[in-house]
Amino acid sequence: MDVGIVSYGVYIPKYRILPEEIGRVWGKDGAAMGKGLMVEMKSVPGLDEDTVTISVEAARRALKRRPIDPRDIKAIYVGSESHPYAVKPTATIVAEAIQAAPDLTAADLEFACKAGTAGIQALLGLVKAGYIKYGISIGADTSQGAPGNALEYTAAAGGAAYVIGAEGVIAKVNHTVSFTTDTPDFWRREGMKYPSHGERFTGTPAYFKHITGCAKMLMEKAGTTPKDYDYAVFHQPNGKFPVRVAKMLGFEMSQIEKGLWTPKIGNTYSGSMLVGLAAILDEAEPGDRILAVSFGSGAGSDGFDITVTEEMKRYNRSAAPTVKEITSVYKIIDYALYTKFREKIKMEGE
Amino acid sequence: MPVPRYWRYQDQRYNLAGSRCTVCGTVYFPQRPLCPKCHRKSLGKMERVTLSGEGRIISYTVVHDPLSDYEHLSPYIMALIETPEGATLLGQIVDAEPDEVEIGKEVEMVFRKLREEGKSGTIQYGYKFRLKG
Repeated sequence: MDVGIVSYGVYIPKYRILPEEIGRVWGKDGAAMGKGLMVEMKSVPGLDEDTVTISVEAARRALKRRPIDPRDIKAIYVGSESHPYAVKPTATIVAEAIQAAPDLTAADLEFACKAGTAGIQALLGLVKAGYIKYGISIGADTSQGAPGNALEYTAAAGGAAYVIGAEGVIAKVNHTVSFTTDTPDFWRREGMKYPSHGERFTGTPAYFKHITGCAKMLMEKAGTTPKDYDYAVFHQPNGKFPVRVAKMLGFEMSQIEKGLWTPKIGNTYSGSMLVGLAAILDEAEPGDRILAVSFGSGAGSDGFDITVTEEMKRYNRSAAPTVKEITSVYKIIDYALYTKFREKIKMEGE
Repeated sequence: MPVPRYWRYQDQRYNLAGSRCTVCGTVYFPQRPLCPKCHRKSLGKMERVTLSGEGRIISYTVVHDPLSDYEHLSPYIMALIETPEGATLLGQIVDAEPDEVEIGKEVEMVFRKLREEGKSGTIQYGYKFRLKG
Protein backbone atom coordinates (compact mmCIF):
# COMPACT_ATOMS: atom_id res chain seq x y z
CA MET A 1 0.00 0.00 0.00
CA ASP A 2 1.40 3.40 -1.03
CA VAL A 3 0.93 5.90 1.77
CA GLY A 4 1.87 9.53 1.61
CA ILE A 5 0.86 13.11 0.92
CA VAL A 6 -2.58 13.49 -0.66
CA SER A 7 -2.67 17.30 -0.49
CA TYR A 8 -0.97 20.26 1.17
CA GLY A 9 -1.54 23.95 1.87
CA VAL A 10 0.48 26.84 3.27
CA TYR A 11 -0.36 30.08 5.03
CA ILE A 12 2.04 32.92 5.84
CA PRO A 13 0.81 36.22 7.37
CA LYS A 14 1.19 39.33 5.22
CA TYR A 15 3.34 41.52 7.47
CA ARG A 16 7.17 41.61 7.46
CA ILE A 17 9.87 43.32 9.50
CA LEU A 18 13.45 43.85 8.34
CA PRO A 19 16.51 42.94 10.45
CA GLU A 20 17.77 46.51 9.90
CA GLU A 21 14.70 47.81 11.73
CA ILE A 22 15.14 45.43 14.68
CA GLY A 23 18.83 46.36 14.88
CA ARG A 24 17.99 50.09 14.76
CA VAL A 25 15.93 49.79 17.94
CA TRP A 26 18.47 47.75 19.90
CA GLY A 27 21.59 49.60 18.75
CA LYS A 28 22.92 46.69 16.70
CA ASP A 29 23.97 46.35 13.08
CA GLY A 30 20.75 44.70 11.96
CA ALA A 31 21.82 44.49 8.33
CA ALA A 32 24.95 42.56 9.34
CA MET A 33 22.87 40.38 11.64
CA GLY A 34 20.45 39.59 8.80
CA LYS A 35 23.32 38.88 6.43
CA GLY A 36 25.01 36.59 8.95
CA LEU A 37 21.78 34.67 9.56
CA MET A 38 20.86 34.82 5.83
CA VAL A 39 17.46 36.34 6.67
CA GLU A 40 16.24 39.27 4.55
CA MET A 41 12.97 39.74 6.46
CA LYS A 42 10.63 37.79 8.70
CA SER A 43 6.85 37.37 8.75
CA VAL A 44 4.76 38.90 11.52
CA PRO A 45 1.20 37.82 12.36
CA GLY A 46 -1.56 40.43 12.30
CA LEU A 47 -3.38 41.39 15.51
CA ASP A 48 -6.13 38.86 14.79
CA GLU A 49 -3.86 35.99 13.74
CA ASP A 50 -2.46 33.13 15.82
CA THR A 51 -1.57 29.46 15.46
CA VAL A 52 -5.27 28.55 15.21
CA THR A 53 -6.03 30.94 12.34
CA ILE A 54 -2.84 29.97 10.48
CA SER A 55 -3.67 26.26 10.90
CA VAL A 56 -7.23 26.69 9.63
CA GLU A 57 -6.11 28.71 6.59
CA ALA A 58 -3.42 26.14 5.69
CA ALA A 59 -5.86 23.23 6.11
CA ARG A 60 -8.53 24.95 4.00
CA ARG A 61 -5.99 25.55 1.25
CA ALA A 62 -5.02 21.87 1.31
CA LEU A 63 -8.69 20.93 0.94
CA LYS A 64 -9.15 23.37 -1.95
CA ARG A 65 -6.48 21.52 -3.89
CA ARG A 66 -8.03 18.14 -3.07
CA PRO A 67 -11.72 18.58 -2.26
CA ILE A 68 -12.21 15.36 -0.29
CA ASP A 69 -15.24 14.95 1.94
CA PRO A 70 -14.08 16.45 5.27
CA ARG A 71 -15.99 13.71 7.08
CA ASP A 72 -13.40 11.26 5.69
CA ILE A 73 -10.71 13.04 7.73
CA LYS A 74 -10.47 10.92 10.83
CA ALA A 75 -7.47 12.47 12.58
CA ILE A 76 -6.14 16.03 12.97
CA TYR A 77 -2.86 16.82 14.69
CA VAL A 78 -1.54 20.34 15.11
CA GLY A 79 2.13 20.64 15.98
CA SER A 80 3.13 23.97 17.49
CA GLU A 81 5.00 25.58 20.35
CA SER A 82 2.65 28.57 20.34
CA HIS A 83 -0.82 27.08 20.78
CA PRO A 84 -2.98 30.02 21.97
CA TYR A 85 -4.43 28.01 24.85
CA ALA A 86 -2.37 26.14 27.45
CA VAL A 87 -5.44 23.94 27.96
CA LYS A 88 -7.93 23.66 25.06
CA PRO A 89 -6.81 22.19 21.78
CA THR A 90 -6.06 24.02 18.56
CA ALA A 91 -6.92 20.81 16.68
CA THR A 92 -10.59 20.80 17.72
CA ILE A 93 -11.07 24.32 16.36
CA VAL A 94 -9.45 23.28 13.07
CA ALA A 95 -11.71 20.20 12.96
CA GLU A 96 -14.86 22.33 13.31
CA ALA A 97 -13.59 24.96 10.86
CA ILE A 98 -13.08 22.41 8.09
CA GLN A 99 -16.31 20.58 8.99
CA ALA A 100 -14.54 17.34 9.90
CA ALA A 101 -16.02 17.09 13.42
CA PRO A 102 -17.20 15.08 15.32
CA ASP A 103 -16.21 11.62 14.02
CA LEU A 104 -12.44 11.96 14.33
CA THR A 105 -9.53 12.01 16.76
CA ALA A 106 -7.71 15.31 17.32
CA ALA A 107 -4.76 16.39 19.41
CA ASP A 108 -2.19 19.14 19.79
CA LEU A 109 1.44 18.10 19.64
CA GLU A 110 4.54 19.89 20.87
CA PHE A 111 8.14 19.01 20.05
CA ALA A 112 9.67 22.45 19.45
CA CYS A 113 9.94 22.86 15.66
CA LYS A 114 9.22 19.28 14.63
CA ALA A 115 5.79 18.51 16.08
CA GLY A 116 4.16 18.85 12.64
CA THR A 117 6.35 16.10 11.18
CA ALA A 118 5.74 13.94 14.28
CA GLY A 119 2.05 14.28 13.41
CA ILE A 120 2.71 13.17 9.84
CA GLN A 121 4.50 10.06 11.12
CA ALA A 122 1.55 9.23 13.40
CA LEU A 123 -0.85 9.61 10.47
CA LEU A 124 1.27 7.43 8.20
CA GLY A 125 0.93 4.68 10.81
CA LEU A 126 -2.83 5.13 11.23
CA VAL A 127 -3.41 5.10 7.45
CA LYS A 128 -1.10 2.15 6.84
CA ALA A 129 -2.78 0.16 9.62
CA GLY A 130 -6.16 0.83 8.01
CA TYR A 131 -7.58 2.72 11.00
CA ILE A 132 -8.27 5.93 9.07
CA LYS A 133 -8.80 7.00 5.44
CA TYR A 134 -7.28 10.48 5.71
CA GLY A 135 -5.62 12.55 8.40
CA ILE A 136 -4.28 16.10 8.52
CA SER A 137 -1.10 17.14 10.26
CA ILE A 138 -0.29 20.82 10.60
CA GLY A 139 2.91 22.52 11.66
CA ALA A 140 2.23 26.16 12.58
CA ASP A 141 3.68 28.77 14.89
CA THR A 142 3.67 32.42 15.87
CA SER A 143 6.78 32.11 17.99
CA GLN A 144 8.50 35.01 19.70
CA GLY A 145 12.05 35.92 20.52
CA ALA A 146 12.65 38.08 23.57
CA PRO A 147 13.10 41.77 22.67
CA GLY A 148 16.72 42.39 21.71
CA ASN A 149 17.59 38.68 21.69
CA ALA A 150 19.22 37.15 18.60
CA LEU A 151 16.07 35.04 18.13
CA GLU A 152 14.08 38.20 17.46
CA TYR A 153 15.71 38.49 14.03
CA THR A 154 14.26 35.15 12.89
CA ALA A 155 11.22 34.12 15.00
CA ALA A 156 8.37 34.35 12.49
CA ALA A 157 4.84 33.12 11.83
CA GLY A 158 3.36 30.67 9.35
CA GLY A 159 2.35 27.10 8.82
CA ALA A 160 1.64 24.23 6.48
CA ALA A 161 -0.99 21.48 6.46
CA TYR A 162 -0.54 18.03 4.96
CA VAL A 163 -3.33 15.58 4.17
CA ILE A 164 -2.02 12.03 4.58
CA GLY A 165 -3.74 9.03 3.05
CA ALA A 166 -3.48 6.05 0.72
CA GLU A 167 -5.86 7.24 -2.04
CA GLY A 168 -4.76 9.93 -4.48
CA VAL A 169 -1.19 10.05 -3.17
CA ILE A 170 0.79 12.82 -4.92
CA ALA A 171 3.99 12.15 -2.97
CA LYS A 172 4.65 8.68 -1.64
CA VAL A 173 6.58 8.36 1.63
CA ASN A 174 9.00 5.51 0.92
CA HIS A 175 10.69 5.57 4.32
CA THR A 176 10.56 7.58 7.53
CA VAL A 177 12.94 7.49 10.48
CA SER A 178 13.57 9.59 13.59
CA PHE A 179 16.68 10.51 15.57
CA THR A 180 15.88 11.53 19.15
CA THR A 181 17.96 12.41 22.24
CA ASP A 182 17.62 14.49 25.42
CA THR A 183 19.51 17.64 24.44
CA PRO A 184 18.78 20.93 26.29
CA ASP A 185 19.53 23.33 23.41
CA PHE A 186 16.36 25.45 23.50
CA TRP A 187 13.39 25.52 25.88
CA ARG A 188 10.51 27.53 27.25
CA ARG A 189 9.22 26.88 30.76
CA GLU A 190 5.48 26.82 31.53
CA GLY A 191 4.11 30.35 31.85
CA MET A 192 7.14 32.05 30.31
CA LYS A 193 6.47 34.28 27.30
CA TYR A 194 9.86 33.92 25.63
CA PRO A 195 12.08 30.90 25.08
CA SER A 196 15.69 30.47 26.24
CA HIS A 197 18.48 28.85 24.31
CA GLY A 198 22.01 27.58 24.76
CA GLU A 199 23.48 30.00 22.18
CA ARG A 200 26.28 28.12 20.35
CA PHE A 201 25.11 24.87 21.97
CA THR A 202 22.11 25.00 19.58
CA GLY A 203 24.46 24.25 16.65
CA THR A 204 26.79 21.25 16.70
CA PRO A 205 25.29 19.05 19.48
CA ALA A 206 21.72 19.92 18.55
CA TYR A 207 20.77 20.99 14.99
CA PHE A 208 23.72 19.49 13.11
CA LYS A 209 24.01 16.25 15.10
CA HIS A 210 20.32 15.41 14.84
CA ILE A 211 19.79 16.36 11.21
CA THR A 212 22.91 14.62 9.95
CA GLY A 213 22.19 11.60 12.18
CA CYS A 214 18.63 11.36 10.92
CA ALA A 215 19.49 11.94 7.25
CA LYS A 216 22.26 9.32 7.32
CA MET A 217 19.95 6.77 8.99
CA LEU A 218 17.29 7.51 6.41
CA MET A 219 19.62 7.14 3.42
CA GLU A 220 21.01 3.91 4.87
CA LYS A 221 17.48 2.52 5.24
CA ALA A 222 16.50 3.66 1.75
CA GLY A 223 19.80 2.51 0.21
CA THR A 224 20.37 5.95 -1.28
CA THR A 225 23.03 8.66 -1.47
CA PRO A 226 22.54 12.43 -1.89
CA LYS A 227 22.89 12.01 -5.67
CA ASP A 228 19.64 9.98 -5.74
CA TYR A 229 17.59 13.01 -4.71
CA ASP A 230 16.30 15.82 -6.91
CA TYR A 231 15.54 17.97 -3.85
CA ALA A 232 16.43 18.11 -0.18
CA VAL A 233 14.87 20.25 2.53
CA PHE A 234 15.92 20.69 6.14
CA HIS A 235 14.61 22.61 9.14
CA GLN A 236 15.50 26.28 8.71
CA PRO A 237 16.08 28.18 11.99
CA ASN A 238 17.91 30.71 9.81
CA GLY A 239 19.17 30.69 6.23
CA LYS A 240 22.68 29.63 7.18
CA PHE A 241 22.20 26.33 9.04
CA PRO A 242 20.32 24.41 6.30
CA VAL A 243 22.94 25.41 3.73
CA ARG A 244 25.75 24.21 6.01
CA VAL A 245 24.02 20.94 6.96
CA ALA A 246 23.30 20.21 3.29
CA LYS A 247 27.00 20.65 2.51
CA MET A 248 27.97 18.40 5.45
CA LEU A 249 25.72 15.65 4.07
CA GLY A 250 26.97 16.03 0.49
CA PHE A 251 24.01 17.85 -1.09
CA GLU A 252 24.50 20.60 -3.67
CA MET A 253 22.96 24.08 -3.44
CA SER A 254 20.87 23.25 -6.53
CA GLN A 255 19.11 20.50 -4.53
CA ILE A 256 18.12 22.71 -1.59
CA GLU A 257 17.45 26.18 -3.03
CA LYS A 258 13.81 25.48 -4.04
CA GLY A 259 12.91 24.58 -0.46
CA LEU A 260 14.89 27.34 1.25
CA TRP A 261 12.37 29.96 2.41
CA THR A 262 13.61 31.22 5.78
CA PRO A 263 15.58 34.02 4.04
CA LYS A 264 12.23 35.46 2.82
CA ILE A 265 9.92 34.74 5.76
CA GLY A 266 12.07 33.91 8.79
CA ASN A 267 11.82 30.80 10.91
CA THR A 268 8.22 29.60 11.09
CA TYR A 269 9.26 26.98 13.68
CA SER A 270 6.86 24.02 13.36
CA GLY A 271 6.05 25.25 9.87
CA SER A 272 9.65 25.73 8.77
CA MET A 273 10.63 22.51 6.99
CA LEU A 274 7.02 21.85 5.98
CA VAL A 275 6.76 25.22 4.17
CA GLY A 276 10.03 24.40 2.36
CA LEU A 277 8.69 20.98 1.36
CA ALA A 278 5.49 22.62 0.09
CA ALA A 279 7.56 25.00 -2.08
CA ILE A 280 9.26 21.96 -3.62
CA LEU A 281 5.90 20.20 -4.18
CA ASP A 282 4.66 23.41 -5.86
CA GLU A 283 7.07 22.69 -8.73
CA ALA A 284 7.97 18.98 -8.50
CA GLU A 285 7.27 16.55 -11.31
CA PRO A 286 6.33 12.86 -11.15
CA GLY A 287 9.38 10.74 -10.35
CA ASP A 288 11.19 13.49 -8.42
CA ARG A 289 12.71 12.21 -5.18
CA ILE A 290 12.86 14.41 -2.08
CA LEU A 291 14.74 14.03 1.19
CA ALA A 292 13.08 16.03 3.97
CA VAL A 293 14.41 16.28 7.55
CA SER A 294 12.88 18.35 10.32
CA PHE A 295 14.48 19.34 13.62
CA GLY A 296 12.95 20.09 16.97
CA SER A 297 14.93 21.29 19.94
CA GLY A 298 14.99 19.08 22.95
CA ALA A 299 15.93 17.35 20.54
CA GLY A 300 14.99 15.26 17.55
CA SER A 301 14.71 14.99 13.79
CA ASP A 302 12.15 13.24 11.60
CA GLY A 303 13.32 12.21 8.13
CA PHE A 304 11.22 11.38 5.09
CA ASP A 305 12.26 9.79 1.79
CA ILE A 306 9.57 10.90 -0.67
CA THR A 307 8.82 10.19 -4.35
CA VAL A 308 6.40 12.37 -6.34
CA THR A 309 3.84 10.17 -8.14
CA GLU A 310 2.02 10.35 -11.49
CA GLU A 311 -1.04 11.52 -9.51
CA MET A 312 0.63 14.95 -9.34
CA LYS A 313 -0.40 15.49 -13.00
CA ARG A 314 -4.09 15.18 -12.05
CA TYR A 315 -3.73 17.12 -8.79
CA ASN A 316 -5.16 20.67 -8.79
CA ARG A 317 -2.08 22.53 -7.49
CA SER A 318 -3.35 25.88 -8.80
CA ALA A 319 -6.50 25.75 -6.63
CA ALA A 320 -4.48 27.34 -3.81
CA PRO A 321 -1.56 29.79 -3.91
CA THR A 322 2.02 28.50 -4.11
CA VAL A 323 4.63 29.47 -1.51
CA LYS A 324 6.16 31.80 -4.10
CA GLU A 325 2.79 33.49 -4.69
CA ILE A 326 1.99 33.75 -0.97
CA THR A 327 5.33 35.33 -0.13
CA SER A 328 5.35 37.74 -3.08
CA VAL A 329 2.67 39.91 -1.41
CA TYR A 330 3.78 41.50 1.84
CA LYS A 331 3.77 44.71 3.82
CA ILE A 332 6.80 45.95 5.74
CA ILE A 333 6.05 47.32 9.21
CA ASP A 334 8.24 49.22 11.67
CA TYR A 335 9.28 48.06 15.14
CA ALA A 336 6.56 50.13 16.86
CA LEU A 337 3.79 48.38 14.95
CA TYR A 338 5.60 45.07 15.40
CA THR A 339 5.52 45.42 19.19
CA LYS A 340 1.78 46.12 19.00
CA PHE A 341 1.10 43.17 16.67
CA ARG A 342 3.18 40.84 18.86
CA GLU A 343 1.52 42.13 22.04
CA LYS A 344 4.84 43.15 23.56
CA ILE A 345 3.35 46.36 24.99
CA LYS A 346 2.10 46.09 28.56
CA MET A 347 -1.43 47.52 28.54
CA GLU A 348 -3.33 49.21 31.33
CA GLY A 349 -4.60 46.65 33.84
CA GLU A 350 -2.20 43.89 32.74
CA MET B 1 -20.55 37.21 25.20
CA PRO B 2 -21.16 34.19 27.47
CA VAL B 3 -19.25 31.06 26.43
CA PRO B 4 -22.37 28.98 25.54
CA ARG B 5 -23.69 31.75 23.28
CA TYR B 6 -20.39 31.99 21.43
CA TRP B 7 -20.38 28.20 21.10
CA ARG B 8 -23.87 28.26 19.53
CA TYR B 9 -22.63 30.66 16.84
CA GLN B 10 -19.66 28.50 15.89
CA ASP B 11 -21.10 26.86 12.76
CA GLN B 12 -22.21 30.24 11.42
CA ARG B 13 -18.96 31.99 12.27
CA TYR B 14 -16.52 29.24 11.33
CA ASN B 15 -18.17 27.91 8.20
CA LEU B 16 -20.63 30.57 7.02
CA ALA B 17 -23.52 28.22 7.66
CA GLY B 18 -26.73 29.75 6.27
CA SER B 19 -30.20 28.52 5.34
CA ARG B 20 -31.88 27.88 2.01
CA CYS B 21 -35.65 27.87 1.72
CA THR B 22 -36.40 24.77 -0.36
CA VAL B 23 -39.78 26.29 -1.33
CA CYS B 24 -38.52 29.49 -3.03
CA GLY B 25 -34.73 28.88 -3.09
CA THR B 26 -33.76 32.04 -1.20
CA VAL B 27 -30.53 31.77 0.80
CA TYR B 28 -30.23 33.52 4.16
CA PHE B 29 -27.32 34.29 6.44
CA PRO B 30 -27.33 33.71 9.36
CA GLN B 31 -29.55 30.67 9.55
CA ARG B 32 -33.31 31.13 9.85
CA PRO B 33 -35.94 28.64 10.99
CA LEU B 34 -38.54 30.15 8.60
CA CYS B 35 -38.42 31.91 5.23
CA PRO B 36 -39.78 35.48 5.54
CA LYS B 37 -41.18 35.18 2.00
CA CYS B 38 -42.83 31.77 2.27
CA HIS B 39 -43.80 31.97 5.97
CA ARG B 40 -45.41 28.75 7.27
CA LYS B 41 -45.05 27.03 3.91
CA SER B 42 -41.33 26.88 4.69
CA LEU B 43 -41.83 25.26 8.10
CA GLY B 44 -39.51 22.25 8.23
CA LYS B 45 -38.31 23.04 4.70
CA MET B 46 -35.28 25.19 5.49
CA GLU B 47 -31.99 23.41 4.78
CA ARG B 48 -28.48 24.22 6.01
CA VAL B 49 -26.10 25.55 3.34
CA THR B 50 -22.44 26.44 3.58
CA LEU B 51 -21.70 29.68 1.77
CA SER B 52 -18.69 29.54 -0.56
CA GLY B 53 -16.85 32.35 1.21
CA GLU B 54 -16.66 34.36 -2.02
CA GLY B 55 -18.36 37.73 -2.33
CA ARG B 56 -18.42 41.32 -3.55
CA ILE B 57 -18.38 44.53 -1.53
CA ILE B 58 -21.65 46.42 -1.90
CA SER B 59 -20.89 49.03 0.75
CA TYR B 60 -18.31 49.71 3.46
CA THR B 61 -17.32 52.04 6.24
CA VAL B 62 -14.16 52.74 8.22
CA VAL B 63 -14.59 52.48 11.99
CA HIS B 64 -12.47 55.06 13.84
CA ASP B 65 -14.26 54.98 17.20
CA PRO B 66 -14.90 51.32 18.03
CA LEU B 67 -16.22 49.59 21.11
CA SER B 68 -13.56 49.00 23.77
CA ASP B 69 -12.95 45.35 22.77
CA TYR B 70 -11.92 46.45 19.28
CA GLU B 71 -9.93 49.60 20.01
CA HIS B 72 -6.64 47.86 19.22
CA LEU B 73 -7.85 47.25 15.65
CA SER B 74 -8.78 50.88 14.95
CA PRO B 75 -9.22 52.07 12.27
CA TYR B 76 -10.78 49.00 10.69
CA ILE B 77 -13.01 48.41 7.72
CA MET B 78 -16.48 46.85 7.90
CA ALA B 79 -18.19 45.91 4.65
CA LEU B 80 -21.52 44.64 3.43
CA ILE B 81 -20.78 41.67 1.24
CA GLU B 82 -23.05 40.09 -1.32
CA THR B 83 -22.37 36.40 -1.82
CA PRO B 84 -22.91 34.47 -5.08
CA GLU B 85 -25.56 32.45 -3.21
CA GLY B 86 -27.60 35.65 -2.82
CA ALA B 87 -27.13 36.26 0.90
CA THR B 88 -25.78 39.56 2.22
CA LEU B 89 -23.59 39.73 5.30
CA LEU B 90 -21.46 42.13 7.30
CA GLY B 91 -17.79 41.41 7.81
CA GLN B 92 -14.45 43.02 8.55
CA ILE B 93 -11.97 43.49 5.69
CA VAL B 94 -8.45 42.59 6.84
CA ASP B 95 -4.94 43.01 5.41
CA ALA B 96 -6.01 46.15 3.52
CA GLU B 97 -5.80 49.90 4.02
CA PRO B 98 -9.02 51.94 3.72
CA ASP B 99 -7.87 53.47 0.41
CA GLU B 100 -7.54 50.01 -1.14
CA VAL B 101 -11.20 49.14 -0.53
CA GLU B 102 -13.83 49.93 -3.17
CA ILE B 103 -17.45 49.03 -3.77
CA GLY B 104 -17.56 46.19 -6.30
CA LYS B 105 -14.23 44.62 -5.30
CA GLU B 106 -14.23 40.86 -4.83
CA VAL B 107 -13.40 39.36 -1.45
CA GLU B 108 -12.82 35.92 0.06
CA MET B 109 -13.42 34.62 3.55
CA VAL B 110 -10.53 34.23 5.98
CA PHE B 111 -10.49 32.69 9.45
CA ARG B 112 -9.43 35.16 12.15
CA LYS B 113 -9.71 35.99 15.83
CA LEU B 114 -12.88 38.03 16.43
CA ARG B 115 -12.30 38.92 20.07
CA GLU B 116 -10.82 37.66 23.31
CA GLU B 117 -12.48 37.51 26.71
CA GLY B 118 -9.47 39.18 28.32
CA LYS B 119 -6.19 37.32 28.81
CA SER B 120 -7.71 34.40 30.75
CA GLY B 121 -11.02 33.92 28.93
CA THR B 122 -11.95 32.23 25.68
CA ILE B 123 -10.76 33.37 22.27
CA GLN B 124 -13.55 33.73 19.73
CA TYR B 125 -12.82 32.93 16.09
CA GLY B 126 -14.78 33.39 12.91
CA TYR B 127 -15.04 34.81 9.44
CA LYS B 128 -13.54 38.01 8.14
CA PHE B 129 -12.72 38.88 4.54
CA ARG B 130 -9.75 39.95 2.47
CA LEU B 131 -9.58 41.49 -0.97
CA LYS B 132 -9.03 38.93 -3.73
CA GLY B 133 -6.04 39.04 -6.04
